[in-house]
Amino acid sequence: MSSTLISNYFREANLPHIWCPGCSNGIVTRALVKAIDELGLDKNKVTVVSGIGCSSRAPGYLDFNTLHTTHGRALAFATGLKLANPDLEVIVITGDGDVSAIGGNHLIHAARRNINITTIVFNNNIYGMTGGQYSPTTPTHALGTTAPHGNIDKPFDITQLAAAAGATYAARTTSYHVNQLIKYIKKGIENKGFSLIEAASICPTYYGRKNKSGSAVKMMEFLRDNYIDIKAYDKLPDDKKIGKETMGEFKEITLPEYTDEYLRLIENLKGAEK
Amino acid sequence: MSKNIKLMQGNEACIEAALMVGMRFYAGYPITPSTELAELSAEKLPYYGGKFIQMEDEIAGIAAAIGGSLAGLKSMTATSGPGFSLKQENIGYAMIAEVPLVIVNVQRGGPSTGLPTSPAQGDIMQAKWGTHGDHPVIALSPESVPETFELTIRAFNLAEKYRTPVMLLTDEIVGHMREKIEIPAIEEIEIFNRLKPIEGKEYLPYKIEEGDIVPRMASYGEGYRYHVTGLFHDETGFPSNSSENAELMLNHLMSKVEDNLDDIITYEEYMIEDAEFLIVAYGSTSRTARSAVKILRQEGIKVGMFRPITIWPSPEKRLREISKNIKNILVAEMNLGQYVYEIQRIVKSNSEVYHIGRANGEVLMPSEIVTKVKEVL
Amino acid sequence: MTAKDRKVIINKDWCKGCGICVAFCPKNVLALDHHDKIEVANRDACILCGQCELRCPDFAIWLGGEADE
Repeated sequence: MSSTLISNYFREANLPHIWCPGCSNGIVTRALVKAIDELGLDKNKVTVVSGIGCSSRAPGYLDFNTLHTTHGRALAFATGLKLANPDLEVIVITGDGDVSAIGGNHLIHAARRNINITTIVFNNNIYGMTGGQYSPTTPTHALGTTAPHGNIDKPFDITQLAAAAGATYAARTTSYHVNQLIKYIKKGIENKGFSLIEAASICPTYYGRKNKSGSAVKMMEFLRDNYIDIKAYDKLPDDKKIGKETMGEFKEITLPEYTDEYLRLIENLKGAEK
Repeated sequence: MSKNIKLMQGNEACIEAALMVGMRFYAGYPITPSTELAELSAEKLPYYGGKFIQMEDEIAGIAAAIGGSLAGLKSMTATSGPGFSLKQENIGYAMIAEVPLVIVNVQRGGPSTGLPTSPAQGDIMQAKWGTHGDHPVIALSPESVPETFELTIRAFNLAEKYRTPVMLLTDEIVGHMREKIEIPAIEEIEIFNRLKPIEGKEYLPYKIEEGDIVPRMASYGEGYRYHVTGLFHDETGFPSNSSENAELMLNHLMSKVEDNLDDIITYEEYMIEDAEFLIVAYGSTSRTARSAVKILRQEGIKVGMFRPITIWPSPEKRLREISKNIKNILVAEMNLGQYVYEIQRIVKSNSEVYHIGRANGEVLMPSEIVTKVKEVL
Repeated sequence: MTAKDRKVIINKDWCKGCGICVAFCPKNVLALDHHDKIEVANRDACILCGQCELRCPDFAIWLGGEADE
């Protein structure tokens, strides 16, 4: 028994999913499906690729072409799929560790190429699948099982990283602000080029317990109360910025898309001597 | 019709053959001495409507090639020692997900950066055991430019037929030397294309239809909407943790190769009819070994050569049979002793097994093999 | 289906009891039962805003018609 949206786009036989109580992965996955539904995409063309980690289990639940690859490599597999068949609507589901640690190189290069792939980052600031180790987005001083004395690393801003590397659409919101998330995902898919949408997410089981963040509800409230639109944030006096996080659309430009350019190259060589 | 005779490098012959057998996707990363494979693919593929992409690293090269294959194109990547090491995890992925793919390794001196411009045969055991876990491996090793052409065709056909990555283990000598080659007409080439789902029948992506060796393969985007994962999975393609299922799957992965050895394995026997002494050599070293056989024969020594062309799976049955009549076997290879262990395992107590090899970037000379044979005798 | 036919529907089998829908329901329609599963405690107060469906991580609550039950 499920909603029309779930029964239309999910492999219901594989539900309920494996995610912990209060994990926001389900919220973000549903938001993606809602965006796909609102855009009226052809299910047979939608291809969802993931790496390894909690969020990367999402494709197994989705009734599209789905590919669960190796750790960090989703964007590289996805690049092959998209170039080989540009008619596919390629969407990558990934986590903060998957996309910015082991897969960081693939992220910046997919962005640089401006290949028409939409990447949804489920950023819960922790390695959940392996039990709560700190990731490249774990805040400084936060705790993880491999940062038992507090994290001395500085975190990445994945959205700004993608924007700087050449993504033509880069936006961040949270798993609390779901309508905004759906809107951003739709814009990302519609953007002809590389898009990255970061969903600030919650992991009550590992991040939350370790850092005494409270229940899933408390963590959702934190997202609601501390994420501020980038334009409003910029106007705040410095002392009001402390402890606040930014969300919003960080980049939205138009540039030539990689597979289009390749097809043009093929077209230009037609009739020429091999 | 006039014959199409050319003077070509091994790496050139590889791409020539790949294009003829239908390779339409290449993803890789530049590495000596395999770079010509990428350069020629970049130049030629667009004329065929095919796609070339230079990825950001070796791992991405094989990952994108697997993606290309899932989208329905015959795909290839190429590399050398350090890149072969980096690709190992995704080689395992292609094996468990049963994705057809050709991986060319133009071997160079190692370990590590080693001797980038010198030949070696040091990745023989890595080809077999480099990726973790149990898995079947098909690896072919050409000794010449024409054979590089022939084995590239074979590599694609085996990859498509058995839905598995196939390795072409050449080396810097075979990759870079120029030889005369007669390019066959396209209609003379046997081409095997992966079997597609039976229309109108329910499609389970990892179910093997009666009479088939491997599951039929739909391309992404054709409407089948199936799941591919590197986890153990059942016929549906979805992950399964059950040990019974894992065993079934592993049995299938192993047996699709082991039950078809006669189709997969090829080898050459050179002057072995009356031989009392056998040299085993493969790839470019077999050229040295062949010369040594000729020299020794002129001196009246009854020596022959056995050359595995399919390195993995090894030509075990035939070599064991031959070894019954052979007292001494010398394995010649450009490493400090790798395939020799496989030969020892195969011949057991039938023959004494000796080794000659080096890994300093210098090829073995016929005279060295001759001397070694005489030493043993 | 008209708006008036729509109502909150729950699949208790999928509910993991995280309480997110309860907390963010603007009209206090929802509650956790004694098994920590979601239930409709005050249906009359529901304004069919769909906040629960948006944020349920387990797809266990949604607005639908009778056909979906």
